[in-house]
Amino acid sequence: MTVATPSNVQKVSDPDAFKLRGGSFTLLVLQLIDLKDPNFFHWLLDKISQAPNFYRHAPVVLDLEGLADLGPFNFAELARRLRQHQLVPVGVQNGTEEQNQGAINAGLSVFPMWRAAKPIEAPPTPEEPPEKAAQEPAPTPAEPGHAEASGSKVVLEPIRSGRQVYAQHGDLVVLATVSAGAELLADGHIHVYGTLRGRALAGVEGDTSARIFCRSLQAELVSIAGHWLVREDMDDHLIGRSVQIYLNGDLLVIEPTN
Amino acid sequence: MSKVIVMTSGKGGVGKTTTSASFAAGLALQGHKTVVIDFDVGLRNLDLLMGCERRVVFDFINVINGDARLKQALIKDKRVDNLWILPTSQTRDKDALKKPGVEKVLDTLRQEFDYIICDSPAGIEKGALMALYFADEAVIVTNPEISSVRDSDRILGVLASRSRRAELDMEPVKEHLLLTRYDPKRVERGEMLTVEDVLEILAIPLLGVIPENESVLRASNLGAPVILDTESSAGQAYYDAVSRFLGETLEHRFITPERKGLFQRLLRRTA
Repeated sequence: MTVATPSNVQKVSDPDAFKLRGGSFTLLVLQLIDLKDPNFFHWLLDKISQAPNFYRHAPVVLDLEGLADLGPFNFAELARRLRQHQLVPVGVQNGTEEQNQGAINAGLSVFPMWRAAKPIEAPPTPEEPPEKAAQEPAPTPAEPGHAEASGSKVVLEPIRSGRQVYAQHGDLVVLATVSAGAELLADGHIHVYGTLRGRALAGVEGDTSARIFCRSLQAELVSIAGHWLVREDMDDHLIGRSVQIYLNGDLLVIEPTN
Repeated sequence: MSKVIVMTSGKGGVGKTTTSASFAAGLALQGHKTVVIDFDVGLRNLDLLMGCERRVVFDFINVINGDARLKQALIKDKRVDNLWILPTSQTRDKDALKKPGVEKVLDTLRQEFDYIICDSPAGIEKGALMALYFADEAVIVTNPEISSVRDSDRILGVLASRSRRAELDMEPVKEHLLLTRYDPKRVERGEMLTVEDVLEILAIPLLGVIPENESVLRASNLGAPVILDTESSAGQAYYDAVSRFLGETLEHRFITPERKGLFQRLLRRTA
């Protein structure tokens, strides 16, 4: 792109003060349906309070498609109220010409016409399958814009009795020992490089291809996609061995890896 | 009629879980269908003492939360007929004990069991309150030691004011004293309170005196209630206590130091 340079400014080929790069972000889209609803902000607050960390200072694009009949309205005021709720409106889409102009006047940008594929929900507080209530604080939701990032977790320190660690949307890797009475949960695989004395539940959201790997099997219970074995049902010759555990049909298989 | 019995003490480490395990096994041994519930959420030990920790899949909290059915969580004891264990969760805390949930589980158990033993956690907070709230009878586990007696006194006050029976103005919870870790020799030397001292302070009927005995530690490490060790003084004392609970009149044993005969002393010396 050629930019006409004012003649009194020294022409510099490459500015050092900044760099302009392209970047792509996933943004929240707030689809406005009825702005006049007196409970609009009440509901919004309700929604936000379900996952405050997820929404705090999240950039949002306002989808105006549903407001085509409304005509121009006070964007500045709307933006101010959204900021009060700690949302950061950055632009609009699907507005009428007049609305777009109003948005620009209010300091918002106009995004191209586009429809969000599906309503975005805040990361759900893990829908707990049996005995999986998150005891430790629910995993901090990924930053908006990286909602699809892997939820894998690596734990370096020993996991003591009574502690529960959940790798939502990912694998759980533990480099230390897992005590009896501790519980590991993962939507994906579980790897334990110490001794596994507690419980390990892989594929808790139903992934039947999830596996459990451990260096020394002394687990109280292992489970994959809801199929479990308790210690008493494990073959004694497997105890203390390095194993992998996987699901073969409905059958949980424990197989030595050495 | 089904009865809910809480094993409580206020103080920790006095033998509530040991007593729960043996008492439940004792009731079952005498032909009563019995279930013992671990209320010590987050510090579960009952399953270890009962030797069923390798069979736990679901627990009390799963049942309260509706994540599992009661039948899935109940574990049948392998040694004693009529005996079932309802283990608790190690990863949750006492807040998981919701009163309506606990009540529902107990109501369901009442339909099937003669006795429901509630193994209370130490303290007078939520876990202990939930364990005693629905009780019909209470076994107060006390050591012959002043701080234990004081805590027992406190828990008796809680039973009389904050149990369901107290709140609904029903007949009060029936109280029994079980003196555990009683060492007659140390009592004789004045290092421990006597049975009479404790009874004078607490003023509730004495169900039994369990002597301090190495068999208790051995049993808990083996994962078998000490009452099953019929050779041991502690096991016999528990059996007596259960029989008294069921209405028998038995004399208290193991309260005075064993007087060894000359022959036994000589034998010990040469051994």
